[in-house]
Amino acid sequence: MIFAVAALVLAALPLWWPDPYVLSVVASAGIFIIAAISLNLLLGYTGQLSLGHVAFFGVGAYTTALLSLGFDVALPGLDEPWVVAPQPVWLAFASAIAVAGLFGWMIGQLAFRVRGAYFVIVTISFAQVMRMVAINWVDLTEGPMALNNIPPLTFWLPGAGVVELVSKASTYWLVLAVALLSYLLVAALVHSRVGRAMIALRENETLARSMGIPVTHYLRIAAVGAAAIAGAAGGLYAHTVRIIDPDVFMFMFTITMVIMVIVGGKGTLSGPVIGGLLFGLLPELLRGWLAPEVQWMLYGTLMVVILVFMPRGIVPALVRRRTRPARPVQSSTPAVAKEVA
Amino acid sequence: MNGLVQGSTYALLGIGLTLIFGIMKVVNMAHGELYTLGAYVAYGFVAVLGLNYFGSVLVAAVAGLAIGALIEWMLLRRRNLAAMDEVMLIMIGVMIVLQNAELLLWGGVAKAVPSPFTQEPVVFGAVSVSPIRLFVLGTALVLLVAFYLLIERSRLGLAMRATFQDKDAAKIVGVNVSRIYTLTFALGSCLAAVAGALLAPVFVVNPTMGDLASLKAFAIVILGGLGNLLGATLGGFALALIEEFGAGYISTAYRDAIGFLVILIVMIVRPQGLFTSKERVG
Repeated sequence: MIFAVAALVLAALPLWWPDPYVLSVVASAGIFIIAAISLNLLLGYTGQLSLGHVAFFGVGAYTTALLSLGFDVALPGLDEPWVVAPQPVWLAFASAIAVAGLFGWMIGQLAFRVRGAYFVIVTISFAQVMRMVAINWVDLTEGPMALNNIPPLTFWLPGAGVVELVSKASTYWLVLAVALLSYLLVAALVHSRVGRAMIALRENETLARSMGIPVTHYLRIAAVGAAAIAGAAGGLYAHTVRIIDPDVFMFMFTITMVIMVIVGGKGTLSGPVIGGLLFGLLPELLRGWLAPEVQWMLYGTLMVVILVFMPRGIVPALVRRRTRPARPVQSSTPAVAKEVA
Repeated sequence: MNGLVQGSTYALLGIGLTLIFGIMKVVNMAHGELYTLGAYVAYGFVAVLGLNYFGSVLVAAVAGLAIGALIEWMLLRRRNLAAMDEVMLIMIGVMIVLQNAELLLWGGVAKAVPSPFTQEPVVFGAVSVSPIRLFVLGTALVLLVAFYLLIERSRLGLAMRATFQDKDAAKIVGVNVSRIYTLTFALGSCLAAVAGALLAPVFVVNPTMGDLASLKAFAIVILGGLGNLLGATLGGFALALIEEFGAGYISTAYRDAIGFLVILIVMIVRPQGLFTSKERVG
């Protein structure tokens, strides 16, 4: 109910506040909210702290940009260069989601052999390698010179044919639609048998394993889903900003997503949305009267304070206040595990 | 030869990180920022105040100790080191704050620190090396040996090793575990700051140099096995040499990527590290 009302209010935003600046700010916040929603699937529901999530975002951005622009690149072992003509934007965008999902599967194969600190370091390294490739494979990515003139997203309208989404309002609606879809997708996944298995393995992996839950299988599902949604966010980013360079793989983007999830409340559906709105809109509000460095210091401090005093984030803290007395959290685990197995 | 110089500072970075991880189970994401801090202390002393470079290394060491102790005392102690993930995120917060404080204080422009030695290279037969690099290598080696002796021979080292093995048992036999934690974090931070100060005249100093340093430090620690001091030392030299040779024979452009590829490969083949049979300190 709240969800439907919120969705309607958000969808109507361009009607009652058609300022293009406001819409583009909210749309770019929305792109990061999508990324945060996807990260939450891994971090919040399976409990795997991935600090390389920006890799999927960047892979999505580069895939859709390269396919919609077309490219030719010499590959070792091939006499002829590999030529790809410019593809329709919707196809490029869909491929971005698919390719990012594929990377998610690959990284899942690789990284889920290890846990804890090792997992984190593998994911960071992966994102760094992707960044180095984007910088150095100039034939394909133009390196630091960036890919320019990425076409805007298109949409097929009955009667009007293919429409380019250039107006701020249409971009906004598209981002909103993808965000709602990702939210519903994650919600459905989390409330299904798969989601219960993920939570079970987050709470107690050994127990989950002993109950016969194929842990790696569910981790892989989470990784592919999270990567695909992050790829969609990256694709949206590429088509709205219309220019991308290797900075889309910056560690700070991962940090932004992590802060959104942590501050909002990991493992809750609305957490990344609340955190994302906060950290997506705050920079714009603070712009002009705080230097960016001071802003970042503020975010860092806020993150530390929240982790120390409110380790579960804003949303659970609010919910718990409303439904006192708090129910015991620990005891639910075995029941969940039993239900899944 | 450049590989050895680089390797010795890598080893200093790696030892600090692996010590903190091994004893406290804290993944210090802010390690690179302490390295940057050391470099800036050297810059402030030598280039701005016109003071002695050797003094600046000492001051960097003290600053590293102080800040490390402060971070541990203010943030980590409270959390009682409950969940590794949360602590890691707290350290990321610290990293963001430190890095932006550095940006704010010194601006984004890279700074050069003048070398206290002549540019005249010292020649040993076929190899020639600048005196500053020789000094970096020598100091780093002395520190590595001193540190090794501290861990292996002193009472403090004994207490640290005991805490590493089993912190509850250590507590029972009268080790002040929380004091060991503070000391460990301070010492690890100190080593990172010294590494930064040592390398400042060799490279330029800039506020984001810590990012790469952090990641390199992780690569080193992974190579050696988390919590393994000797492994971290060897890992530091190994990574520097791999990078040098990779840059020489494959491509200079991918120099920094090689480190991460090495991590990925080691992780797949031998997640427990190359030099570890089982986890231990020393």
